[in-house]
Amino acid sequence: MASTIDPRQAEIAEEFAMFGDWMEKYEHIISLGRELAPMDPADKVDDNLIKGCQSRVWLAAKRDDRGHVHFAADSDAIITKGLVALMVRALSDAPAADIAGANLTFLDEIGLHSHLSPTRSNGLQAMVKQMKLYGLAFTAGG
Amino acid sequence: MTTSSTYDVHAIRAQFPILSREVHGKPLAYFDSAASAQKPQAVIDAQARYLSHTHSNIHRGVHALAQEATEAYEGAREKVRAHLGATSTREILFVGGATDGINLVAQTWGRTNLGTGDCIVLTRMEHHSNIVPWQMLAQERGFDIHVVELNPDGTLDDDQFVQHLNRGPKLVAFTHVSNALGTVNDVKRWTAAAHDAGATVLVDGAQSVPHLAVNVQELDVDFYTFSGHKTYGPTGIGILYGKEALLDAMPPWRGGGEMIGTVSFENGTTYNELPYKFEAGTPHISGGIALGAALDWMNGVGMASLTAHEHVLTQHAHARLAEVDGMRFIGTAPCKAGVVSFLIDGIHPYDLGTLLDQLGIAVRTGHHCTEPLMDKLGIPGTVRASFGAYNTVEEVDRLAEAVARAAAMLR
Repeated sequence: MASTIDPRQAEIAEEFAMFGDWMEKYEHIISLGRELAPMDPADKVDDNLIKGCQSRVWLAAKRDDRGHVHFAADSDAIITKGLVALMVRALSDAPAADIAGANLTFLDEIGLHSHLSPTRSNGLQAMVKQMKLYGLAFTAGG
Repeated sequence: MTTSSTYDVHAIRAQFPILSREVHGKPLAYFDSAASAQKPQAVIDAQARYLSHTHSNIHRGVHALAQEATEAYEGAREKVRAHLGATSTREILFVGGATDGINLVAQTWGRTNLGTGDCIVLTRMEHHSNIVPWQMLAQERGFDIHVVELNPDGTLDDDQFVQHLNRGPKLVAFTHVSNALGTVNDVKRWTAAAHDAGATVLVDGAQSVPHLAVNVQELDVDFYTFSGHKTYGPTGIGILYGKEALLDAMPPWRGGGEMIGTVSFENGTTYNELPYKFEAGTPHISGGIALGAALDWMNGVGMASLTAHEHVLTQHAHARLAEVDGMRFIGTAPCKAGVVSFLIDGIHPYDLGTLLDQLGIAVRTGHHCTEPLMDKLGIPGTVRASFGAYNTVEEVDRLAEAVARAAAMLR
């Protein structure tokens, strides 16, 4: 069964291929951060806080009737928030099993893999892990 | 703009091979010396020469290499003694770094002297390494920790210090220079006041020894510790100075070879004399020797010239960064060394640090291992530019321009 995630990753990679230099790329990430749908204040609570060392990331998930998982997320740092927006775009509104089994390659392709490094301590790596755990939990839950 | 007619910063830079590399296709501007300083060729050579020419285990071998290695290592100890102005090499312990030095004092002097009903004094600006070892011991031994808070400019609150002294603390432990704010504390005055109150004094010199001439006898501190890697030397080596009478009275901490007099299952074990009583196991020999070379290098530059050069850089950084809209300096004490910490209104330090990195500029962002300080200031962290012997005024200009450019992108 084809994953719903891979075409989205390809689309993001294609979008970033247009940028000529790092500034354009980061300007785009910053604008994605600004455009990310605001998180419901009821979800932006400590229970949903992923503790990064420097930037804080909030993540909430719920499953709809079709078995798709929807993510809402936020960060206090705008670049992290832009990357969070990309993660939401790649993984949200997808079948739980696709999320759990997703092989996220797009950050590599767009040259932002270092942002997933633990030394960055921006909370992003922990967020991806948490998204997949939600996928797994919702898969197991039926 | 030159810093001094005799200070040739370009000749100094040329001695640091790493400074010629590029980052993200741009020349590296390294402003993270407070985390770790880069190494001059003289230090790299000293360590390499030892490893390729002299290495052997030290102190007991009868062969030539053992003797040469011992002489080099003990020679480095003498260089440290001279640099700190200590009375004797018996007062100079090789440790893993400032963190290790503080843990040694906590586990030996602290374990012997601190118990239920006692108290110690720390400050709000301490690095985690001068907080956590005391908290761990306090949890076990049941003594209290009192904290001296800060004035708005990032200096310590003298009145509160006096109030805490009136509680009769057994120990006052504080940093000479704040790693997050750059504030230089008046160690001599505080030490005298603490002694008058009957307290023992430990000073964390991790951020002072790289920038200032330090004389432990003049300061009259009881313990003083610093890390080799922040003074242009290797990682994994540092120094704990302690007054001989105190060190003599302290029990050993780590047991093993080297720190013993005689070992016997039947008659008990006796311990070696100072400083070896505290140096169990084979030490970081190459690190100690290279640390000696690093102090030689700093003295070759001249501590007064180095302090003056960094003062110019700090002043210039304040002046140039102040031109950026929304700039807020964290720490504006009249006496600062080596560090400029700041925030820009509405911009997360992590975002700024990420864009500066893209521009080839290495700064540190975050809480700088001073969470209690950041919590008190109500900020998530700062952007910190810290300076070393090799930084130039032109690099500071580049920093200010890059900060302005990054801030414009993030607004």
